[in-house]
Amino acid sequence: MRPIEQIGDRIQELISKASSANAASELLTLGEEVLEHWVTAKGKPPTDDQREGFRLLALHRQGSGGDPSFNACRETCRELVYHYNLVTLEPEHPEFSKRLQMMGLVANHLFLFVSGKMETQQLGDFCCASKPLHSELN
Amino acid sequence: MSDKKTKYQEVAYYPGCALEGSGHAYNRSTREVGKALGLKLKEVENWNCCGAMEVKNIDPKIQTYLSSRVLSIAANEMDMDVVMAPCNGCYHNLKKAEYDLEKDAKSVAVVDKLSRKAGHDSYQAGQVETIHALDWIKQTIGEEGLKERVKNSLDGMKIANYYGCMYTRPRHIFPEKDQGPGSESTSKPHFMDDLLDAAGAESVDFPLKTACCGGAHTLSDSDTSTRLVLNILQTAEAAGAEVIATECPTCHSGLEMHQIRAEKTLGVKTGVKILYFTQLLGMALGLKPKKVGVHENISDSISYLKEKGLA
Repeated sequence: MRPIEQIGDRIQELISKASSANAASELLTLGEEVLEHWVTAKGKPPTDDQREGFRLLALHRQGSGGDPSFNACRETCRELVYHYNLVTLEPEHPEFSKRLQMMGLVANHLFLFVSGKMETQQLGDFCCASKPLHSELN
Repeated sequence: MSDKKTKYQEVAYYPGCALEGSGHAYNRSTREVGKALGLKLKEVENWNCCGAMEVKNIDPKIQTYLSSRVLSIAANEMDMDVVMAPCNGCYHNLKKAEYDLEKDAKSVAVVDKLSRKAGHDSYQAGQVETIHALDWIKQTIGEEGLKERVKNSLDGMKIANYYGCMYTRPRHIFPEKDQGPGSESTSKPHFMDDLLDAAGAESVDFPLKTACCGGAHTLSDSDTSTRLVLNILQTAEAAGAEVIATECPTCHSGLEMHQIRAEKTLGVKTGVKILYFTQLLGMALGLKPKKVGVHENISDSISYLKEKGLA
């Protein structure tokens, strides 16, 4: 597993330079690697299962177990999968480049959300579905 | 006339703390849009903080109580059936309190005890219905009603509608959503798109509609918040948007402040404008920008609005 910062750097490169459908597969894999970091940090081995045909969605489900605030990136994961489908199923589409760029930006959001969350985890989650600090303390 | 159309004509209005401070433009524009549409708002008397995010982290039952007091005043002292909260944080917390009081006996016991101590009637689940400003306008006026009332079309305005994280999460506290045609979706919300499109705008396909803006981390980890916001701004621009429409004061302030901070600290400038959906609807209804508080926004959108014939 490469360091999470390198994942972010690679996503940035792909946002600015990607031009082929191969980049979509790489962005999907990068998304999986981001979630692997989260799951590993939670002390679990990252799953190889799939949900709805995608490992990314299985990893998200695994990562949100016991941590409802992680659901704040559920739609981001689903958008990543949706854009992967758009790019790979319609490589001749006139908006191919735009779709690929959007996929990169969505992958970047997943990276920023998860890496940010990993930095501040110990401060407690001030998020929509946050888990109370006192329950951790009791 | 549908049940909701009638029921939501006059609602108890819970602005919440943010709308008296950084989100004042949202407060002003919500009230003005209500007036322009002939809808009535009765502000909840002597309201208190909903418990926001911080209280919930210390003790969620205290947050439940704080929100329940607002609901109790509306139901028991004002005899209202509906509470409308434009702030996503308040809306979320009132809905959560409703859910907890319906499902959790311990929450009921804590709320009963604290209500007695505070000297007011305890709120009972089901006494009022909590709605968002989007529900309020969508159900009472709707797209057709708006089209009839538009004086300055938003024609030519490309908008990314940004709902933020609290409007739809967690799904179980919003039982009225995901109920098929006519209801709001938790995975791809569309009420704001529907209303602004009816006012003449073009909503772009925006994949980060409900993504995190980093608002809650803005003090503890500002750099992450700036990068998250910058990514939202850049995604909106890549989607072709000239404007991001907001419906949450925390998201709105975060987008505005971190747009400036991204330019200063990361050297990345973005030009997309940030406006509350109520400001956009207000201008479409013929209200002047000042009337809907555009001058209270941090980001400057006046020259853009002039270009569009709205200022």
